[in-house]
Amino acid sequence: MIRAEGLGLRYGDGDEGEAPEVLQGLTFSVPGGGWRWLLGPSGAGKSSLLRLLHVAARPTRGRLHLMGVDIGAARRHELPAMRRRIGMVFQDFRLLSHLSVFDNVALPLRLAGRAEAPLRADVTEMLRWVGLSKVAAMRPSLLSGGEQQRAAIARAVIVRPLLLLADEPTGNLDDAQAERLMVLLREMNRLGTTVIVATHNTALVERHPGPALELARGRLARDG
Amino acid sequence: MARRAASRLAAGRLDGLGLRHAPGWRMLPLVVAAMAFLAALAMAGAQGAAELGRHWQRGAAATLTVQVPRSGDAPSPPAAEGETRRDRVVALLRGTPGVAVVRPLGDAELSDLLRPWLGSGAEKLSLPLPAVIAVTVATDGPDLPALTARLEAAAPGTMLESHGLWVRRLDLLARSLRLCALAALGLVAAVAASVIVVATRATLASRREVVETLHGLGATDFYVADRFARRASRAAALGGLAGLAAALPVVVVLTALAAPFVSAVPAETALPGLAELLATVPRLPPALLWALPTLPLTAAAIGYLAAQGAVRAWLRHLP
Repeated sequence: MIRAEGLGLRYGDGDEGEAPEVLQGLTFSVPGGGWRWLLGPSGAGKSSLLRLLHVAARPTRGRLHLMGVDIGAARRHELPAMRRRIGMVFQDFRLLSHLSVFDNVALPLRLAGRAEAPLRADVTEMLRWVGLSKVAAMRPSLLSGGEQQRAAIARAVIVRPLLLLADEPTGNLDDAQAERLMVLLREMNRLGTTVIVATHNTALVERHPGPALELARGRLARDG
Repeated sequence: MARRAASRLAAGRLDGLGLRHAPGWRMLPLVVAAMAFLAALAMAGAQGAAELGRHWQRGAAATLTVQVPRSGDAPSPPAAEGETRRDRVVALLRGTPGVAVVRPLGDAELSDLLRPWLGSGAEKLSLPLPAVIAVTVATDGPDLPALTARLEAAAPGTMLESHGLWVRRLDLLARSLRLCALAALGLVAAVAASVIVVATRATLASRREVVETLHGLGATDFYVADRFARRASRAAALGGLAGLAAALPVVVVLTALAAPFVSAVPAETALPGLAELLATVPRLPPALLWALPTLPLTAAAIGYLAAQGAVRAWLRHLP
């Protein structure tokens, strides 16, 4: 599913000496259907690694194979289709404020060209699954933080992604909501989705133990 | 309730980027309307210049002027009072194939022609003026070198002026005017495209997060650019329509005012009234009648292409 070899990332124009590498020489692999915590202090490079895994940036060094595709060598027009097979849950949700909750969740299916009738059934079922049926017609700004987080997860998993990424997904949630979120993520993993969850919430990791990738100053400090 | 939800859903599908209320588009119809107004005037100008040029050329090319000097001014064959020489030339011209009308100018007409140069007392100066004959040729005109030779034989010193130089000058003037009008049209289109690009970039800046989120969800460049381009196209079409509506009365009035200059019928002295103006509409040059309605469509096409280009160029910064 994921294979990184000497992976490096540098922001900016890549001119040596101007911008330091935020990721350096990462080598690891995650099998399909696997689970990884992505750990490390702030600034360790967790979000940068998630950007690479979400194909929001291309590696400036080394190789990254996602779902069998070399991201560094792939042609630009091939990437949107890849992104549609990857679900991403952001810490700040990134729900589109001008769309209803229903339309936010339906968006990835519409981008994939799904017909409207089956799409409505799928979205309705997904909203029921995350407990947001009653607020489907509302704008995201009218929801609580927990509800927005569930809407973001529903949007990320509606396409049944092969890879699900979550960046500090519990950062804006209380303990009860965080636990409920973990149940959802574990359920997705049980259904075969590879899940990578970036967090610095050690208590959460202790309650839900699993293999981890730990970063320190852009380097891989632990794998397993 | 269900209908409202469906309507919101449809609006969401149509406007997945929230472009409907984006600030960048607000002034676009107004600016494009101004551009369309200018474009309509430029089109009418181009068409008018072409019509006027054709009319002038037809008039100049269809007319010959024959000057028959009095007998003292030129070596004369036996006989010859000026009138007799003129009559011979007139008779010769009337018998020439390809000559439609032969009209000797009277003394009063000659005086009128000379008045700008010699003043109102020209006829009192006793100048040896040549007899002047205005000749209108048929479409298939006479062989001019042969006619010149025959005129010389009939009345030595007779000069035939075919206005070829004026025809060429008028042709050049008409072409230049047309080119200027077309250049103005191109300039207007370029300015309109630039305005649309600026508006699109402003909208992109205000919707950057939304675009990046959609990009992350797997939206293709075409999907994003198409949403922007459709919105820009609609705003431009609206502006084009408004500009055309504003320009049409002006074009009609100008056409009515120009009609006497391009008509074969002598000009009327009175200015056209409302009824005459309205009657002008169906008489607008067919090329203009076809071209004007394309303005909103052209504006829409420019809007679509300019916005597509601007968005795609911006999206190249994303992986």
